[in-house]
Amino acid sequence: MTANGIFQIILYLFVLLLTVKPLGLFMAKVFQRERTFLDPIFGPVERLIYRIAGINPDDEMDWKQNAIAMLIFNFFGLIIVYAIQRLQQFFFLNPQGMSAVSPDSSFNTAVSFTSNTNWQGYSGEMTMSYLTQMLALTVQNFVSSATGIAILVLFIRGLARHSATTLGNFWIDMTRSILYILLPLSIVLALLLISQGVVQNYSPSVEIPLLEPTRDVSGTTVTNQVIVMGPAASQIAIKQLGTNGGGFFNGNSAHPFENPTPLSNFLEMLSILLVAAALCYTYGVMVKDTRQGWAILAAMLIIFIPVVFCTYNAEISGNPKLSASAIDQKTSDINPGGNMEGKEVRFGIANSALWAIATTSASNGSVNSMHDSFTPIGGLAALVMMHLGEVVFGGVGSGLYGIVIFVIVAVFVAGLLVGRTPEYLGHKIETYEMKMASLLILIMPLTVLFLTALAVITTAGKAAVFNTGPHGLSEILYAFTSQGNNNGSAFAGLSVNNPFYNVTGGIAMLIGRYWLAVPTLALAGSLVRKKLVPPSEGTLPIHTPLFIFWLIAIIIIVGVLNFLPALALGPLVEHLLMVQ
Amino acid sequence: MLLKPLRPALVLLIIMTILTGIIYPFIITGLAQLCFPAKANGSFMINKGKVIGSELIGQKFISPKYFWTRLSATSPLPYNATASTGSNYGPLNPALLKAVTKRIDDLKGMDSLNNKPIPVDLVTSSSSGLDPHISVASAQYQVPRIARSRGIGEKQIQLLIEKYTEGRTLGILGEPRVNVLKLNYALDEFK
Repeated sequence: MTANGIFQIILYLFVLLLTVKPLGLFMAKVFQRERTFLDPIFGPVERLIYRIAGINPDDEMDWKQNAIAMLIFNFFGLIIVYAIQRLQQFFFLNPQGMSAVSPDSSFNTAVSFTSNTNWQGYSGEMTMSYLTQMLALTVQNFVSSATGIAILVLFIRGLARHSATTLGNFWIDMTRSILYILLPLSIVLALLLISQGVVQNYSPSVEIPLLEPTRDVSGTTVTNQVIVMGPAASQIAIKQLGTNGGGFFNGNSAHPFENPTPLSNFLEMLSILLVAAALCYTYGVMVKDTRQGWAILAAMLIIFIPVVFCTYNAEISGNPKLSASAIDQKTSDINPGGNMEGKEVRFGIANSALWAIATTSASNGSVNSMHDSFTPIGGLAALVMMHLGEVVFGGVGSGLYGIVIFVIVAVFVAGLLVGRTPEYLGHKIETYEMKMASLLILIMPLTVLFLTALAVITTAGKAAVFNTGPHGLSEILYAFTSQGNNNGSAFAGLSVNNPFYNVTGGIAMLIGRYWLAVPTLALAGSLVRKKLVPPSEGTLPIHTPLFIFWLIAIIIIVGVLNFLPALALGPLVEHLLMVQ
Repeated sequence: MLLKPLRPALVLLIIMTILTGIIYPFIITGLAQLCFPAKANGSFMINKGKVIGSELIGQKFISPKYFWTRLSATSPLPYNATASTGSNYGPLNPALLKAVTKRIDDLKGMDSLNNKPIPVDLVTSSSSGLDPHISVASAQYQVPRIARSRGIGEKQIQLLIEKYTEGRTLGILGEPRVNVLKLNYALDEFK
């Protein structure tokens, strides 16, 4: 590790932490329906939207009504994304003449973008028309992340209220998330990215002469280079901010048009964790105990930071299989060094490792380097961040309700150990809550491991593997881990654009999103009814360092141990083979 | 209970589609074309009225008189800007070792007297397959070969490398690097 690399990582964390309180406070105002500085601009739009949609701004709904609203809204979104892909050849804004996307790929992509996963079996610049990128994909980038935030806000009200029945209104929380948070942030970020060189136009591809003619695989001389264009920046901004991650181009944020400079890289990387981190503070404000918000953020950071440095160290140590006498892998001020396969020179090792861990911890899934080419330990770290269940930052909204469910489990286990009635924020934790929490925690490993096992024993599953040996197992495990957790990044060597992976992956994404979202709302519906239990001598303090470490232990034990056997057969074996 | 949400669901989806799928990208495009037209349209470099390439998209070079860019795994030819991709080779994949070995042989074949170890970025493929940069070390490694095949002094080439080296942003972010296409154009202009 170099001093500059370490400094870049620390600077990133510092800037991220600076944004937590102001943005968190602002978002709390948005969800508590208070006036903000954006009201003069978006207030009239908001009222107009409610009038056309027939939403009474004072209406509140219970958990079931909210869950149904969320499911129906997402179902319509899924249908539209599917339909646009299947019919894109008939529409305008298709200068490259893209044809219809196959049914299984359209299904997979529709699920992927509505569920905030943004797994991509397709290659953007070769498959999607500009219209599809905008109307289908950019829109879902907004509404899927707003859905996650809305579910979180409903869940928080379940914890903040007592002896009540309603949680708020999904339509309103979703609309306000887009109007006051996601859209303004995206506009600012998109313009900053364009200033760095991210493309934003509706032109067809441009053909330019090469300085030196070259040859393709068949030996034909090629004198021109075709450069793809498109409205990329507007989509990339929300892709980063909404923990979506689906790239405009196949190369995602490694593509120079998607992420041209170290500064654009810093901004995009900051955006991965920006909203998720600030929501911790929003949570604290809304449950009227900001220490709770900071305690949760601290637990996230205590898991996050060591993993970043571990990955950085693994990647900068390079690949021992490459000849030491012929190749200089030593890092210096003029040589990025380390494991540069699948990494870009302008980012170097530190930014590639930091991005990899930010994107996997936050269920973002965008990449600025190819995870498939990481060292075994680097790849392992990315896998583990997802195996934690996307609760260290996690998806916007979904990450925080995920970790609060871990908090409830931690409170329950601690309560049992010391013989006290477990309670959280004045709510008694009883059988029903624990049933829901267990369901939420066990579904993901079951889905991921079952589908991985299925792929490993079927011909269709094995045929897709690109790298042989233990790395092949890692590729399959990574694919289902990523989709089952709505992350969307990939060990991209695996050939996933075929019926087997498109369908199984689609199912994993559906379960990972909705099978968790509905019990989460049910849990909130149960908590909101409970009478306030005033804090007493016996109440477990839930913001102390002791509790933070207890929470981390629960997350690691429950989250990672399920996957240890699979990890031992994949990246751990590969690491041993590499160093032998 | 199931019918009531139909209207808000449909209407909100349509409104959000118009707002975030049409208005938002069009506003951004308008602002982009107004404030940063060159950047928003691909950062093309223009020389004597002709577009000579994008400063962000790398090209492949094969002759000894040009600086070489990194390996590119795009198909059917390297630096195919319509199909960005990395190699996705795992660290133990024999194909990775083969590609690296071939690259070492190619470089040494044109420059057999150069016994210095080759900087790692020059023998590995980039993540996008379009990386426009190489490290400063990789540029310096190639100086003797280029000086010999062009018949100009190493000193002059070193000066050109310095001129086209981009440092870390604010001295902190990213890695120092050299834009190969710009550097090669400068070489052609020089001689």
